[in-house]
Amino acid sequence: MQMKNKLIISRRAAIITGLSAAMGTILTNSCTKPLPPTYGNILRMGDVFTYEAQRALLDVKALAKEYNFSDISSFPATGSINPSDASLPGFNVDYELLHRNQFVNWKLPIEGCVARPGKYSMDDIKKFKSRTQITRHTCEEGWSAIAEWTGTPLGLLLHHAGIQAKARFVNFISYDNYNISIDMFDAFHPQTILAYGMNGRNLPIQHGAPIRARIETQIGGQSVKYIKKIVVTDHFVDTGDNGWAWYMGI
Amino acid sequence: MALTPRNEIKTYHSTWVKIAHWIGTCSFFFLIFSGFEILMVHPRLYWGETGNDLMPAFLEFPISRNYQHGGWTSLEPIFNRPNSPMSAGRTYSIFNENGWGRSLHFLAAWFLVFSGLFYLILAIFTGHIKNNLIPKFNELTLELIIKDIKDHLKASLAYLQGPQYGLLQKISYLVVIFILLPTIVLTGLTMSPAITASHPYLLTLFFGAQSARTIHFFAASSLFIFLIVHVWMIIKSGFKKQMLAMTIKNNADEK
Repeated sequence: MQMKNKLIISRRAAIITGLSAAMGTILTNSCTKPLPPTYGNILRMGDVFTYEAQRALLDVKALAKEYNFSDISSFPATGSINPSDASLPGFNVDYELLHRNQFVNWKLPIEGCVARPGKYSMDDIKKFKSRTQITRHTCEEGWSAIAEWTGTPLGLLLHHAGIQAKARFVNFISYDNYNISIDMFDAFHPQTILAYGMNGRNLPIQHGAPIRARIETQIGGQSVKYIKKIVVTDHFVDTGDNGWAWYMGI
Repeated sequence: MALTPRNEIKTYHSTWVKIAHWIGTCSFFFLIFSGFEILMVHPRLYWGETGNDLMPAFLEFPISRNYQHGGWTSLEPIFNRPNSPMSAGRTYSIFNENGWGRSLHFLAAWFLVFSGLFYLILAIFTGHIKNNLIPKFNELTLELIIKDIKDHLKASLAYLQGPQYGLLQKISYLVVIFILLPTIVLTGLTMSPAITASHPYLLTLFFGAQSARTIHFFAASSLFIFLIVHVWMIIKSGFKKQMLAMTIKNNADEK
């Protein structure tokens, strides 16, 4: 009887210790590192807590589920669907010019905390080892779709540009004026690619030509289309409170 | 009545039950509110891994202007074969307040999870589940179940002090605590790309990401129905007494 009692107490102690350890890790991380702004907003504080909890409790290298070719589904294009069409939101003159020349003049600048900032043409990007993955796009709206994506792992390009040890965020700036930033875990995640191919063809305009990001560990809206520039920073670039969480792992 | 039998001693709810109850109630209110907003953005449910506007829905709700909206560029087949999946671009400006809707949903969910764990740990170690919630063996007869159903259908319901729960009450609380709440939390987590990368079995358990969303909706609806019946029974058995028992009254007052 005494043995049994002892066992119960130690199990209780184990549960409590485990929970407090997890909570402790999350809270200490939040206190020691400067985090993206909360704007004094309780919702954004909740988002930061969710981010820290996911980073503390999940395997950051785990791969998102990959599907079979037969699982490829219909795929709506949402947000901007053509920045070269002046009648649509997200119109951009520079993009229209590039589109008119089949993107031959398109180059991707990688700047910031890198030893060798430079501009990468489509040929340069395609010289790296490519990755093809059939993954599920999960939109914050509530729908999902499966497609095959082919592209260059972002990690390879960042290494090539000589990413510095102090780098903390990778910022994507798009032609349709969209800013997204991700941390180093997602930037170097093996499935985070700059995709130029979709379902065995060149990436269509509607889905972000010539290159879009695929960040399979976050909600679809983070997979920026029509990428214009990549800037690596050692601090969070505050583009203002746009009303959305900056991290969308859930 | 010189001696009060043990089981008739007045007991109100423990303080920790009250705390978990009200934090859970508040978070549930915010979760239903933000969850409804999120459903308004895409008022369609599907079964399996995928589902979107270009695919047939399992259920659709006319609850926002996004219901069966038009405004799509022409459908283009993805492959050069019959029955190919399609692609189309959206030109319609949808209703979307998910910026605060999602953040509020997840913030409230943290409160539900923490108050739920707090409740569960204490309910297990204080014997609350074993002593007050799991029906006694001799309670589980068809006769008593029928009697309890009949009692609930009467105009007024006997007021039971604190955790001296009735049979149907025990069963419904156990369903909420051990089936509906764990299901709603786990299906919610199954919709997360980061969590399913680390825990892919969640997708298997709930038959895919869209199935998880559909199950999440039905679990939320069941909890909402529970809430309505729960409040109705509180009113039937004496709203004021019940509210006092769940707030300021405690066992020490009786001594």
